[in-house]
Amino acid sequence: MKNTQYELNCDLAKMLKGGVIMDVTTPEQARIAEDAGACAVMALERIPADIRAAGGVSRMSDPGMIRGIQEAVSIPVMAKCRIGHIAEARILEAIGIDYIDESEVLSPADDVYHINKQAFKIPFVCGARDLGEALRRIAEGAAMIRTKGEPGTGDVVQAVRHMRKMMQEIRRVNSMADDELYEAAKTLQVPFHLLDKVRSTGKLPVVNFAAGGVATPADAALMMMLGAEGVFVGSGIFKSGDPAKRAAAIVKAVTNYQDAGMLAELSTGLGEAMVGINPAEIKVIMEERGI
Amino acid sequence: MKIAILALQGDFAEHEAGFRSLGCDTFQIRQKKDLEHHADALILPGGESTVQGKLLRELDLIEILRERIGNGLPVMATCAGTILLARQLLDDPVSHFGTLNAVVRRNAYGRQLDSFFIHGSFAGLPDVPMSFIRAPQFEFCAPGTEVLAEHQGRITAVRQGNQLAMTFHPELGKDLRVASWFLSEIVQKRHSV
Repeated sequence: MKNTQYELNCDLAKMLKGGVIMDVTTPEQARIAEDAGACAVMALERIPADIRAAGGVSRMSDPGMIRGIQEAVSIPVMAKCRIGHIAEARILEAIGIDYIDESEVLSPADDVYHINKQAFKIPFVCGARDLGEALRRIAEGAAMIRTKGEPGTGDVVQAVRHMRKMMQEIRRVNSMADDELYEAAKTLQVPFHLLDKVRSTGKLPVVNFAAGGVATPADAALMMMLGAEGVFVGSGIFKSGDPAKRAAAIVKAVTNYQDAGMLAELSTGLGEAMVGINPAEIKVIMEERGI
Repeated sequence: MKIAILALQGDFAEHEAGFRSLGCDTFQIRQKKDLEHHADALILPGGESTVQGKLLRELDLIEILRERIGNGLPVMATCAGTILLARQLLDDPVSHFGTLNAVVRRNAYGRQLDSFFIHGSFAGLPDVPMSFIRAPQFEFCAPGTEVLAEHQGRITAVRQGNQLAMTFHPELGKDLRVASWFLSEIVQKRHSV
């Protein structure tokens, strides 16, 4: 019977499905995102592209800044804490954030342990590159998963790689016999009962979004075609020429990702996309944080 | 029976799976050309009402659907769907379909930490699982509204003619009694308006 906070938290994520979650750094950006049709916003001081450019240690945002964004919009507000930073997570819970992203975009606070998210009332979303990472995070209490991608690059290739890998592994598990499943749980380093659930349902036990490098309506549609249930857009919107227009186009592209005619219209006249950097040019590989 | 599911954003897949296991044909409404198919009923799922309302307008769906609901198309709305149906929203100048003569307050219970789950009675059915997720509340319902469920003195489900509106989610578990009640009591006994 479902009566736990965890199940309610997983159910909140279901309400986000088919939607776009946008990174915002000010109340004004949050209102632009809400008006453009964001189903939630991620409040953070610097978007990933700027975190990359600034270098140094990147931490949880000022709670005052997050509160300002909570007051500005009526949609759910998420915020990031560092991987393993229990205290930052408790602070975000205390200010009544709707979802915490234990995120590799920030500098990890713990290079061994993730937060025991089961000990929290608040829901968590975590990044993953494959089925093993996803199920380990779910075992720790994550109520939603997103691909890691490579944040702040405007390059969708890593998000595609991670979503492809996850879906391939799910399909493989889906056809396994019992004895094969025990072995798979061992090699993937995941709890057997979660893997068994993936086998019986053919999907992750929680909602699965795409994130990392999505910059255009076509990128968002691509991730939906590959099996994402919704999309995070970080730097792609407010690093572009016309954020409001691009944001609204990405929202519509996610709803109608199967209609190429509409995607063509949505991709027209959006102004400049974020410049982006490709993986060979970057020094900090965020996707390798927290596996 | 053919059920149309508004699939712009939210938990439309959960509703669709429920109606399919009750033996209905279903199809999704994502754009105007989807309205060409005949439907015996319309489902308005949970999700973010701001997103759904905006897409309803921009994809040019709102007028046609409002007219069909006004002409008696049976409709079942959960959470955000109820916000779409309400004549007026408290603290928000925008309303959407406005076909349900009621005033609704969004996020009335608070943030996600205030979301909750109960078993309650719905139209005489006992122990129906109900998830309230950043749920809205009815602040006013027109005289003559049939109240189907209440929690702590608050109305949580109503019926006006062929419209069924709930502030909770009955679609998230395996219990299909609410959907099944909608089919037998509203869709099959459709009132002419």
